[in-house]
Amino acid sequence: MSDIQGRHLIVSAIENGTVIDHIPSNRLFEVISILKLDSIASQITFGSNLESKTLGKKAIIKISDKFFSGDEINKIAIVVPEAKLNIIRNYTVVEKQHVSLPAEITGITRCFNPVCITNHQAITQKFNVVASNPTTLQCVYCEKITDKDNFNLL
Amino acid sequence: MKSLVSISDFKVEDYLNIIQLAAQFEADSYRNVLKGRIISTLFFEPSTRTRLSFESAINRLGGNVIGFADISTTSSTKGESLHDTITMVAAYCDLIVMRHPLEGSARYAAEISPVPVINAGDGANQHPTQTLLDMYSIQKTQGKLENLSIALIGDLKYGRTVHSLIMAMMHFSPHFHLVAPPELQLPKEYIQILREHNIPFTLHEDMQEVIPEADIVYMTRVQKERFSEPMEYERTKNLYVLRNAMLGGAKKNMRILHPLPRVNEINVDVDASPHAYYFEQARNGVFTRQAIISYLLDLQ
Repeated sequence: MSDIQGRHLIVSAIENGTVIDHIPSNRLFEVISILKLDSIASQITFGSNLESKTLGKKAIIKISDKFFSGDEINKIAIVVPEAKLNIIRNYTVVEKQHVSLPAEITGITRCFNPVCITNHQAITQKFNVVASNPTTLQCVYCEKITDKDNFNLL
Repeated sequence: MKSLVSISDFKVEDYLNIIQLAAQFEADSYRNVLKGRIISTLFFEPSTRTRLSFESAINRLGGNVIGFADISTTSSTKGESLHDTITMVAAYCDLIVMRHPLEGSARYAAEISPVPVINAGDGANQHPTQTLLDMYSIQKTQGKLENLSIALIGDLKYGRTVHSLIMAMMHFSPHFHLVAPPELQLPKEYIQILREHNIPFTLHEDMQEVIPEADIVYMTRVQKERFSEPMEYERTKNLYVLRNAMLGGAKKNMRILHPLPRVNEINVDVDASPHAYYFEQARNGVFTRQAIISYLLDLQ
């Protein structure tokens, strides 16, 4: 496994659950925030600044007994389109998932435009995805672009 | 049911249909096709030209107008949401014309309204009926929309009418001359769009050099508050004032457009020039808005 360094596992294995791998280290806390991992009851272990051939330094999150829905996986794609999910059952990877951005995103981030109607009234934020990696969103309402540097996650 | 929120809601076929209908309304403006129908004009932000020309258009079509011209007389001042105002007003009328200071308000209104919505300006975002009346004015003065040399002068960065006109005229093989101080030149996303569509354009700081080339000179105002450096404004403000003396070398067919209101960017000595067209352009707004209302309500 990619998270084995030397002969021992840096981040301990889980019996059942989800491993989110290939997170750039500097985006770890965004992933924790977007998935609201601070408010779930499952056991969670993190590792950051781990050696990675492709990313230099990467982070990894292991969440016991948690399996994400399609919508939740799409959220990960907004901040880390390169992330990979491993579904673990009985200590074995049973499925690998690549995250992918949907064409439309609802209610995940705020529109960057301070004079957009969605920032003034109780309206669900909606965006069309105009580019991925880096993610670039266009507000359905005010038509302004919100890019990766300006995400203000809800 | 169709609304008009953004100029990109319409395709080339729609532009041409609207222009053709506007010409028919200009030839015969007073018709009773809207008899018995009610149109709401909701102006959450003040406007003279847009509101009056919409109301003139509705009256000429034989329809009735309800609405407000001033937010202070409405429930919005009591904190009513746009959602509730639109839902309620839609129950009273057949079509809503709305101007609102917040961007995206018109798209939202169109999303929740059971009747068509015409965006009469949502902040600095879109003002599509202005673009359509600009196109009608171009067609009327040039006899065509294709292969025209169009000079856009002034504040190209913030001017929503300029952005929408570029997006609409892009479909008719134009050549754009973009004349602005460097701080107010066309935003890079629009430059990118022009490049992607292989639309020829040239960038200028001096308006004099484009006047002999242009079929259409589209003026906008350079506003002091757009400059980060007051000195820069003082240096450039007089470079973007059009004067009659500058029109000597202009093509005979050249016409000057301006979305109005004008402050000082077109000197009054231009008004008597045969090239001046901005007041007729404003008049064309009535016929164009008659056309848009008829088109959206399928009255023809």
